[in-house]
Amino acid sequence: MENFSFLLQTSYKIRKSIIEMLAEAGSGHLGGSLGLADIFTCLYFSELKHNPNNPSWEERDRLILSIGHVAPVLYATLAYAGYFDTKELLSLRKINSRLQGHPGKDKGLPGIEISSGSLGQGLSIATGLALGLKSNQNPARVFCICGDGELQEGSIWEAAMAAAHYKLDNLICIVDRNGVQIDGTTSEVMEIEPLTLKWAAFGWYVSTTNGNNIADILNTFDETRNILSKPKVIIASTSMGKGVKSIENDYRWHGKAPSKEQALQFLKELEHGYLHY
Amino acid sequence: MATYTIKQIVPTRLGFSKGLHAVAKQYPQVVGIGSDITNSVGMDGIAAHFPDRFYSLGIAEQNAITVAAGLALTGKIPFVASYATFIVMRTLDQLRVSVCYNNLPVKIGGAHAGISVGPDGATHQALEDIAALRSLPNMIILSPADATQTEKAVWAAVEQTNNPVYIRYGREAMPDFTNEHEEFIIGKSKILTEGKDCVIYATGHLVWEALEAYEILKQQNIYCTVLNIYSIKPIDIPSIIQTAKICQCAVTAEEHQIMGGMGSAVVEVLATHYPIPTEMVGMNDCFGESGQPLELMRKYHMDRMAIVEAVKKAIQRK
Repeated sequence: MENFSFLLQTSYKIRKSIIEMLAEAGSGHLGGSLGLADIFTCLYFSELKHNPNNPSWEERDRLILSIGHVAPVLYATLAYAGYFDTKELLSLRKINSRLQGHPGKDKGLPGIEISSGSLGQGLSIATGLALGLKSNQNPARVFCICGDGELQEGSIWEAAMAAAHYKLDNLICIVDRNGVQIDGTTSEVMEIEPLTLKWAAFGWYVSTTNGNNIADILNTFDETRNILSKPKVIIASTSMGKGVKSIENDYRWHGKAPSKEQALQFLKELEHGYLHY
Repeated sequence: MATYTIKQIVPTRLGFSKGLHAVAKQYPQVVGIGSDITNSVGMDGIAAHFPDRFYSLGIAEQNAITVAAGLALTGKIPFVASYATFIVMRTLDQLRVSVCYNNLPVKIGGAHAGISVGPDGATHQALEDIAALRSLPNMIILSPADATQTEKAVWAAVEQTNNPVYIRYGREAMPDFTNEHEEFIIGKSKILTEGKDCVIYATGHLVWEALEAYEILKQQNIYCTVLNIYSIKPIDIPSIIQTAKICQCAVTAEEHQIMGGMGSAVVEVLATHYPIPTEMVGMNDCFGESGQPLELMRKYHMDRMAIVEAVKKAIQRK
């Protein structure tokens, strides 16, 4: 599978950049960014209809990053997809940078659909987008990336209710189910299970996938693509920090950046992991 | 002979409904979002006439505001309205991040604003909305004086700006008196009477009360300039300075908390450009209560008599 090895290689480059960017910035969210690298690779290099040379193309699929704090994975993916030079990645979180700590649309970075960073709002944005696209008879789809801890925000469920009410089958929500948030596991902080039943009860088509397995992710996209008259949610199990063995699933790495020395160690672990894939 | 005559007694919300119907007719990209109380807040202007461009979202204001932001990303001009206090205070973070930070053309109707919503009591009396919104970058705040101006505010929100706009209006029937041929320009104000003793900067329902105060004071040989501040943000800095220079003392009058409201905006201008003695009429850091609108405006000192007293005080401080 040529495509598969290309995607695998791309996810490696994205992860490598995430570690380098955060070490250079000295702050940021490492764990969630690494955990989402496979999903972002599959989205931007396979599933999304988009054109890096024309970011405002009317019929592009939209990606709404509700969890703005994993901006590094979005930035790295956009750069490798060709939206801007990968050299700019190292300006993350610095003054006058287009790469804000959380995505800031006003800074004009190509490929950013919306400023985000306050949790619980992305799914409502995506719902409005999906409604508007349908009304304009635009065939584009809307993908919304939510965190699992983020589902504790009440407004997410207001949006979930509305998206099902309007049968928005052009809306796909991907829940990054890594089971971890800043204070600890989601089970300890505030239980969100039973997740599948909750979404189904709200009228959504529910699918689950291994969000760190490229083949699984692509299969799930295939499966959900043709489901009609319902919004779709993909609950994607991921490991926070995926790719760097020593920090995988460690909630202390949710909102932390590695030091430059740690980064060298992490990059070695990353390379080792991919060599033995 | 009164300086201004009352054309009719109607609630400002009727102007919102009428304006919304008209702009929706003119602009196919105008859409409406309902938060359950569609008709009473004037959203029937679109819901009743263009049902396919109206989205009912139920009692979920945070979602309503943010869905509006999403719709705006597809080229729509969404109008959302509800009780001013709920559509602003409950959704403040959504307004800040999704609407204002992204600078999207979401148009918000703050209905039933002020203490004049009356018997419903304190929970439903929006007296803090201007203060909350004034601090949000990109947000435009319009506070029309009557139904005629409210209709024009809806047009201005669509035609004069691509920014988010908040239009504040009331439920109670109030005098409709402004000239229908007058311009309504975002960032401007309107001089209604000219006098050299004191300038009254008024907004919303209190513009009419200021005109009544003008008549009472005239009987006592006190002549006031009344300025209708219908655009609170941006505010008409040149006209404020010019009238301050002529009158040398001022009164601000609004149906809102004194802290952070239109009066505060005026005082910010005066303090930095032309400081003069200024008295402020408004809600004095407390919550309202049930009662008839005019009773409440009297009890909480937001009526013509409160303005008359404030003018006399300001003149004494000259």
